[in-house]
Amino acid sequence: MSGTELTIILGMTLVTFGIRGLILLFSGRIEISGAWESALVYVPPAVLSAIIAPSVLMPRGSLDVSFGNFYLISGCAALIAGIIFHRYALWAAIVTGLAVFGLYRFFLL
Amino acid sequence: MSINEGSTPAVQNYIPSREFMKGARDTIPLLLGALPFGMIYGTLAITAGLSRAAAIGMSALVFAGSAQFIAVGLIASGTPVLVIIATTFIVNLRHLLYSTTLLPHLKKLPVIWRMPLAFWLTDETFAVSVHRWMAEDSSPNKHWYQLGSSLAMYLNWQFWCFMGLVLGESIPNAAEWGLDVAMPVTFIGMTIPFVKNLPMLVCVLTASFCALVFNGLPYKAGLMIACALGILSGLISERLRRAGRSGRRI
Repeated sequence: MSGTELTIILGMTLVTFGIRGLILLFSGRIEISGAWESALVYVPPAVLSAIIAPSVLMPRGSLDVSFGNFYLISGCAALIAGIIFHRYALWAAIVTGLAVFGLYRFFLL
Repeated sequence: MSINEGSTPAVQNYIPSREFMKGARDTIPLLLGALPFGMIYGTLAITAGLSRAAAIGMSALVFAGSAQFIAVGLIASGTPVLVIIATTFIVNLRHLLYSTTLLPHLKKLPVIWRMPLAFWLTDETFAVSVHRWMAEDSSPNKHWYQLGSSLAMYLNWQFWCFMGLVLGESIPNAAEWGLDVAMPVTFIGMTIPFVKNLPMLVCVLTASFCALVFNGLPYKAGLMIACALGILSGLISERLRRAGRSGRRI
C-alpha cells in the first residue's frame, strides 16, 4: 500500500467515524437545528447527480452527446428502466445499464 | 409455573443471543442489496489502480459503500487527497441524521457499546434497527439487535468486496473495457428513489447542470460547487412551494 493510499484511507476513516460517532460520544451536548436537518436530505441526491452528469456526458473531459458515447447510452437506458420500475430502481438501473453496455460492446465495439 | 407461562416466551426473546440473531435475520434482504455494490466496488477499485491491500483496507476501515465508490472514481481521475476526504465528508453527512435519531436510545449505553455501534452505522443497519428501538416492548437488549444487524452487514460487505477484487483482477485490461460505466449506472439507480417531489427534482437537475458547467475547475472544485448549489436550489424551491401553498389558502 502506498503512502497516498494510506492517507486517503485514514482520512476517510476519520471523517466517516467522526460523523457517525462524535454526536454519540458527546451525547446530549450537540443539537442539530431544523434548517440543517432539512438540508441534509438533499445531500445524497445532489452529490450523486453531480458525479453522474459529467461521467455520462463528458466521459473524456468535453461534452459528448453522440451515439459513440456508450456511457450516455447506458446511462439513458438505466434512467428509463429505473423510472419505469421505480420500486426496484437500483436493480433495474444496474441490470439494464450493464446489459445495454454489453450489447453495445458486443455489436458496435 | 402458571404465573410465568404468559411472560416467559416474551422475556426469552429479549435475551442477547436472540436479539442478535433477530437483528441479523431482519437484515438479510439488505445483505442481498449490498451484493452488486460490493462486487462493483471491488472490480472498480482494481480498475482505478488501487492496490489489493488498499481496496480491502478501505472496506474494512471506512465501511461506507457510496463514499468508497465515489473515492474510487475520484482516485481513478487523479483527484487530490484532500478533495477525496472532503467529498467523503459531504457524502457521509447523512449519517449525522442517523446518529441524531438514535441518540436518545444509544446514550444510555456505555461508550464501549456506543463506539462500535457508531462505527458500523450504515444506511441499512439504521433502517432496520430504528424500528427495533422504537418498538413498544421493554426489551433491555435492543443494542444486541443492532449489533446483529451491524455485524451481518459488515461481514457481508467484506465478502462481496473481496469477490469483486478477485473478479477485477481476473479481467485483463479491465480499465480499457469501459467497465467503469457501472458507476454512473449504479448511481442513477440510487438517485431515482430520492426524487419523490419537485424540490428534489430541482436539486438533482441543478446539481447535474452545475457539475457540467464547472467540470473543468481545478481540484474537482466543480463537484463541491455543484453539490452546494443543488442543495440550495432544493431548499429554495421547497420554501417557494410552501409559501405558494399557504398563499393560495389565504
